[in-house]
Amino acid sequence: MFYLGSTQPSPTRLNWQQRFRELAQSSRHLLLRQYYQQGLVSPDTPVSETPIMALDLETTGLDPSQHGIVSIGLVPVQGQRILNSAAQQWLVKPRFELTNSSVRVHRITDSALQTAPDLIEILPEFLAAIAGKILLVHCADIERRFLTAALQVRLGEPLQFPVIDTMALEAKVHRAKPLSLWQQFRKTPRTSIRLSASRQRYGLPPYLPHHAVTDALACAELFQAQLATRYTPNTPIADLWS
Amino acid sequence: MSSDQLEIEQLEVLSFLQRHSPFQELSLPEQTTLAQQIDVAYYRAGSEILTYNAPLDALYVIRSGVVETFRRNGDLYNRLAEGGLFGEQGLLRGKKVRFPARALEDTLIYLVPAVAFEQLFDNNEFFADYVEVGDAMRRATPRLAKAADHQLMSAQVCELVNREPVMLSADATVYEAAALMREASVSCLLLTDPAKPEHICGLITDRDIRNRLVAAGLQSDINVQQIMTRELVTVQAEQFVFEAMMIMLRHNLHHLPVLQQHKALGVIAIADIIRHESNNSLYIVSSIYQQQTVAELAQLRPAVQACFVRMVNEDANSQMIGSAMATIGRSFKQRLLELAEQQLGPPPIPYCFVALGSMARDEQLIVTDQDNALILDDRYVAEQHDAYFAALANFVCQGLDQCGYPLCSGNIMATNPRWRQPLKVWQQYFSDWILKPAPEKLLHSNIFFDLDGVWGENQWATQLNQQIAQQAPLHKTFLASMARNALLRTPPLGFFQDFVMDEDGKHNKSLNIKRRGTAPLADLLRVYALSLGFDNPSSYQRLARLSKLNILPKGRADDLRDAYEVIAMTRIRHQAAMLQQQQNPDNNVLPEQLSEFERKHLKAAFQVLANAQKFLKFHFQA
Repeated sequence: MFYLGSTQPSPTRLNWQQRFRELAQSSRHLLLRQYYQQGLVSPDTPVSETPIMALDLETTGLDPSQHGIVSIGLVPVQGQRILNSAAQQWLVKPRFELTNSSVRVHRITDSALQTAPDLIEILPEFLAAIAGKILLVHCADIERRFLTAALQVRLGEPLQFPVIDTMALEAKVHRAKPLSLWQQFRKTPRTSIRLSASRQRYGLPPYLPHHAVTDALACAELFQAQLATRYTPNTPIADLWS
Repeated sequence: MSSDQLEIEQLEVLSFLQRHSPFQELSLPEQTTLAQQIDVAYYRAGSEILTYNAPLDALYVIRSGVVETFRRNGDLYNRLAEGGLFGEQGLLRGKKVRFPARALEDTLIYLVPAVAFEQLFDNNEFFADYVEVGDAMRRATPRLAKAADHQLMSAQVCELVNREPVMLSADATVYEAAALMREASVSCLLLTDPAKPEHICGLITDRDIRNRLVAAGLQSDINVQQIMTRELVTVQAEQFVFEAMMIMLRHNLHHLPVLQQHKALGVIAIADIIRHESNNSLYIVSSIYQQQTVAELAQLRPAVQACFVRMVNEDANSQMIGSAMATIGRSFKQRLLELAEQQLGPPPIPYCFVALGSMARDEQLIVTDQDNALILDDRYVAEQHDAYFAALANFVCQGLDQCGYPLCSGNIMATNPRWRQPLKVWQQYFSDWILKPAPEKLLHSNIFFDLDGVWGENQWATQLNQQIAQQAPLHKTFLASMARNALLRTPPLGFFQDFVMDEDGKHNKSLNIKRRGTAPLADLLRVYALSLGFDNPSSYQRLARLSKLNILPKGRADDLRDAYEVIAMTRIRHQAAMLQQQQNPDNNVLPEQLSEFERKHLKAAFQVLANAQKFLKFHFQA
């Protein structure tokens, strides 16, 4: 498992540009070398000039060692616009059995997945789509762990990448201070930083969750709302990624 | 894209399109394709979305939030909520922003790219009509116009042009011109220069043929140039109708070519202007005084309704509509009284005919009972005089009934002997109500505290208003009783901020906007007016004076004024819509027929009213 926080004291200081140059040399697999060779924008690039790609993975569960990816949604973001018209989506066949509960959640059935390719087959397209872009997700932990595990299994190497996490940006505002004693005593519930609750705070409409492209779009919209509320178009990208 | 990749299902975008016009009318394949072409943008409350003349690459569709669009001079043009569109005018005219837009609330926009917009516009008739023709209509419904930005005289000449100009080359004969006039059934032709067909060189009318050809003994095979009018007086399409009228009067013209730059757009005749103006409230008022019988007066009813509908469609505000309708109602009364005096002879003693309720408050609408009374000279002796005034009252009240003002179900009319009394009795009535208040008694006499003289010795009405203004503020029990009565009718809001419907009779799913909205608001304003000694019964005057005094918490009087406008306009639009559908207008609004935007604002307005009622209760210990 790959936790940036454990290796670097201050994640925002992490020089991802430098890291990518090193990985482009050291990676063994051609696909990964090509991905890292695309490089990254410098950390001081204004967010409005950074190519960003919202990502959502739909999985059969929460544990990468037992569950697999069933679909991937990508929605590009450029400046103030969410380029939903350039969205991409793949259905992939997980290497684990589908459980009934996950079918209910994603509305993707076994028969639909029987004909779907393995992740390895769409990997060239997927990596080409995200190369040179900063990934944007809600709850980076899940996406990172699943992508890392999936690539570790298939290529023998993990994927490393900077991420803007809309959940972490919400946590900065709503989880900055621990609950006071009084709040603990009153059992005040902590502000929810889940996707739908966060969207509601910015006046964004409710979307039905668990559909990869819709969730990626929902995340991109939340990000735009966060930018408009707390940041400026000139905010350096390094203030947002981790 | 490889075949492994799915066709993108834009589930949320698609389901949004399927809920809103003009997209829900598209076929499923069209909707699916469109859903895949849409981009998204977010605007924080207060931020600029579009600036004037900036390049425009998409139709803006509001997914959530509220947006205001503006004219170039900064006047509000439109206010739009979920499902609302803007930018279509700019896309249709050179892909530049025509109406700047700003987010009023945090707003999420779905962007339909210009290419997709043009494709739909070219291939789908409904879509084209909706975005182009429908603009004015859509705008009229959800809009809350600013009070000052409207004038009845603001209609432009181009609105009167209803057909292409009929044109003929100037080398034709008069005979050919006459034949074309008959064929096109017009009384006027524009004549074009044979060398430069674009250029209008003259005009010929049927009068010219009569006066300059037939009467002069000429033959019809002469060239039109011999009798045409060469020095053309014209008007530009964007000039105002009243300017065109002035031009025609000054030059004694019956026809006036309308130009758009140098191109002829059409010809307007004096009759077009008369037809346009005939729905004007001033025109109706003047024609009321020309009618000679009650039956003739009753025939003006459709014109009154047309005037009402027209004012609504022209975005007049509730005060303009309410006072225009009150003026018309007052004119009917005055003319009926003139006719009554013609029939019954001059009155034996002076009198004053007074209006009560909505007419006195200057907020009369199209559905309204007549509420009136007679104040007689103090020399009144029942045996000598009452027969005359009973007959007078009967004539007027029956006449009003025929003119569309039904008899008052509560019998508050001059035909009721109790409300046909000398001034000193009226003074005693008011003293009794104020000094010895009983809530039940006051409940039925609320309406007398909105009183306005219409005919005769109007100063007596003024005197009574002054008496009320002096006595009322001093009597707390009276004010408390009035306040208690004002709280009997509450706005129709449930615990969860939903509309509470009335469940009476056939309207079991509607809300009575008068009983639950305008009436409790008028009651509330009356209590404050009485407590502060205002002597003008107009609701607008009451609101204006209330906001100058610091009686209500800061800003609340202005909120109340806005709430009043929202509730009153909802009622007015409802009645205008019913009239346009040839139904009898009523006060029963169906919430599902309101736009999302209207519902939201109506709820907010009711909330303001509910809060004001709470404050009233506290203020007067009611």
